[in-house]
Amino acid sequence: MSLNTVAKAGAPGRAPAGRRASRLGRSNPDGIWPVVFVLPLFLGVAVFYLFPIIQTAYFSFTTWGVFGGSTFTGLENYSKLATDPQVGRALLNTLIYTVVVLAGVPIAVGLASLVNRPGLRFSKTYRTMFFLPYVAMPVAISMVWRMIYNGDFGVLNYFLSLFGILGPHWVSTDGLALISVALLGLWISIGFNMIILSAGLKGIPVELYEAASIDGASRFRQFRQITVPLLTPSIFFVMVITIINGFQLFDLLYTLLGTTNPAMARSQSLVYLFYNESFIQNDKGYGAAIAILVLVLVGIFTAVQFRFQRRWVNYV
Amino acid sequence: MRLKKLSLGVVAAVTAVLLAGCGGSPAEQKAAGPAPTDLKANITYGYWDANQTPAMDKLIADFNAKYPNIKVTSQVTPWAQYWTKLQTQASSNTLPDVFWMNGPNFQLYASNGQLAPITPLVDSKQVDPANYPDALNKLYSLDGKQYGVPKDFDTIALWYNKKIFAEAGVAVPTNDWTTAEFKTAAKTISDKLKSKGIYGVATNLVGGQEGYYDSILQAGGNVISADGKTSGYDDPKSIKGLQLWADLIADGSSPNMQQMSDTPANKWFDNGKAAMIWTGTWMVSEVNASPVKNDVTVVPLPKDERAATVIHGIGNVVSAKTPNMQAAQAFQAFLGTKEAALAQATMGAANPAFNGTQQAFVDSVPSFNIQVFEDAATKYAFPFPVSKNTAAWNQLEATLLPDAFSGKKPVGDVAKDLATQMNALLAKEK
Repeated sequence: MSLNTVAKAGAPGRAPAGRRASRLGRSNPDGIWPVVFVLPLFLGVAVFYLFPIIQTAYFSFTTWGVFGGSTFTGLENYSKLATDPQVGRALLNTLIYTVVVLAGVPIAVGLASLVNRPGLRFSKTYRTMFFLPYVAMPVAISMVWRMIYNGDFGVLNYFLSLFGILGPHWVSTDGLALISVALLGLWISIGFNMIILSAGLKGIPVELYEAASIDGASRFRQFRQITVPLLTPSIFFVMVITIINGFQLFDLLYTLLGTTNPAMARSQSLVYLFYNESFIQNDKGYGAAIAILVLVLVGIFTAVQFRFQRRWVNYV
Repeated sequence: MRLKKLSLGVVAAVTAVLLAGCGGSPAEQKAAGPAPTDLKANITYGYWDANQTPAMDKLIADFNAKYPNIKVTSQVTPWAQYWTKLQTQASSNTLPDVFWMNGPNFQLYASNGQLAPITPLVDSKQVDPANYPDALNKLYSLDGKQYGVPKDFDTIALWYNKKIFAEAGVAVPTNDWTTAEFKTAAKTISDKLKSKGIYGVATNLVGGQEGYYDSILQAGGNVISADGKTSGYDDPKSIKGLQLWADLIADGSSPNMQQMSDTPANKWFDNGKAAMIWTGTWMVSEVNASPVKNDVTVVPLPKDERAATVIHGIGNVVSAKTPNMQAAQAFQAFLGTKEAALAQATMGAANPAFNGTQQAFVDSVPSFNIQVFEDAATKYAFPFPVSKNTAAWNQLEATLLPDAFSGKKPVGDVAKDLATQMNALLAKEK
């Protein structure tokens, strides 16, 4: 019962008690005031999110002239979307990127529990170090990594050459370029994931570990059978956010590879394709159709995750 | 009439343009003679090259000596965003009153009624097209009407590093070099200096201006037919011109496409890692600030069937919808004067388009032998390949050709595919 309510309320990671959830369903004793307080936020969301979404949906049924002016062309953009080989490729690339970045979640779980070990010295320093990449601007990070990844003069290949390995051109080789971007995305996301997971870890009662130690459970067994199961609400939240971010891949790809990269055609993401069609090719109607596709896909993926969470997420 | 009152109250010229545009009644008055010097107006001047800001500020100051009551505000937008922004401005009728135009974009704006023809200026003798190279007048004309006043021009030549040639024991390029000699020298240098990571040649193959447009013309082919209606990429001579770059990459004379994506071609040259580069007039200030500046000079591009380079230049244009037509055209005419050309050349900002004013630019770095670019313009320059929607097939070149240069696909197959797709796009242009 409580699981269902949580799913609908869309507040993963929280475990509200069943009574609180049921109280929300009753008529409100506070009168009009809650509505008044929510109104400023709602107006902002309506003006800057809802209205543009509706407008984009409308634009996806139109074709734009070179210098503005649009004509209604029905499903033309969508039939182009269905037959454009670039779309399939971009969707596949987006999924590959998302899967690689998702691999960062178990890494973050491991690192978070190491950093949060009771009695660890300098734990704040470690946490800051891991969180720094997330605070830095993605574009600035990309500029630095572009130099690190440089095939002829980059630090990474210099390092490899010390072991007699001839490093590849990380960001301009088909196939490899996307993985290089994804590894960078993974590295950036670890800090954020760790903060969320650390908060989850703090919520696990110490008594459980004490009891497990007395029963003779090893550190690893404690991790496997106490930490991970009780952390699942946070893990679930992190996964939802990671997948949504994965679908929005643009800035890292754009700055790390650059628009004239020979590997770009086979590495582009859905959002990069949207940018290219809308602003470089100036086909804003088709761009809008791609944007709607991304919206629908993110919606489906998120809904599916919420549907299946009850099989593995433990809300205590 | 409410509109007029509003316009008067608004100081910023941009806003004035916006309002007038919304009213749908753009001022269409044509200047019969030079605008009166006491004309009062606020206009904007849009351009992309921040390096030229000092020169542009000087031109505005000189213009104000004559027209003290016309306030010109600069609108500098970096190249990467310039065209995206300009297209948005055109869509919302907020174009700058006067702005820089380039060849590939010109016909798109002119054919959609965004630009004011310079006919009144020519009729009243304020601008004389005979003062500029013919190729540039043609570049900024559509259906017999000229819209842009040429500002500057650039041609392509072979830049080389004498020190690297000496190190490899290869004779330096001459004014009569052939493509075969160029290829042999590039290969020899790459082979001999491989251990130092130095290549014979590095050339920017993103866009054709500095490489394949020139080699295609040298081989006797063309990118687009003279009437702008058919693609020339399937011509065997054009394919030969493209093949040059695939060969240079295949035999290691040049860094490959990945290497030049990670590190742009001009950086290889600027840092003494490439002995040669095909590039234009605009590299003068960059090379002059690089570590190799004392070892570098310029010769004409090697000849194949014939000597050839593309010529391109920026044009100053006026928005067709400006409410300050008289002031904007007065400024456009001033930018096309000999005085303005000399000011730009002396400041080393650009190679001016006004005939006979280039000497100051040639003298700005004597060791580079800049005269080569000027001779190229008068002796063997071909017009820059454009059509009404150049950007559409430029995009095709950018997606298809890298596979030919990298050796992934045979050059002939890619060129034929490109020609077919380009012809389909050209057929859509009215």
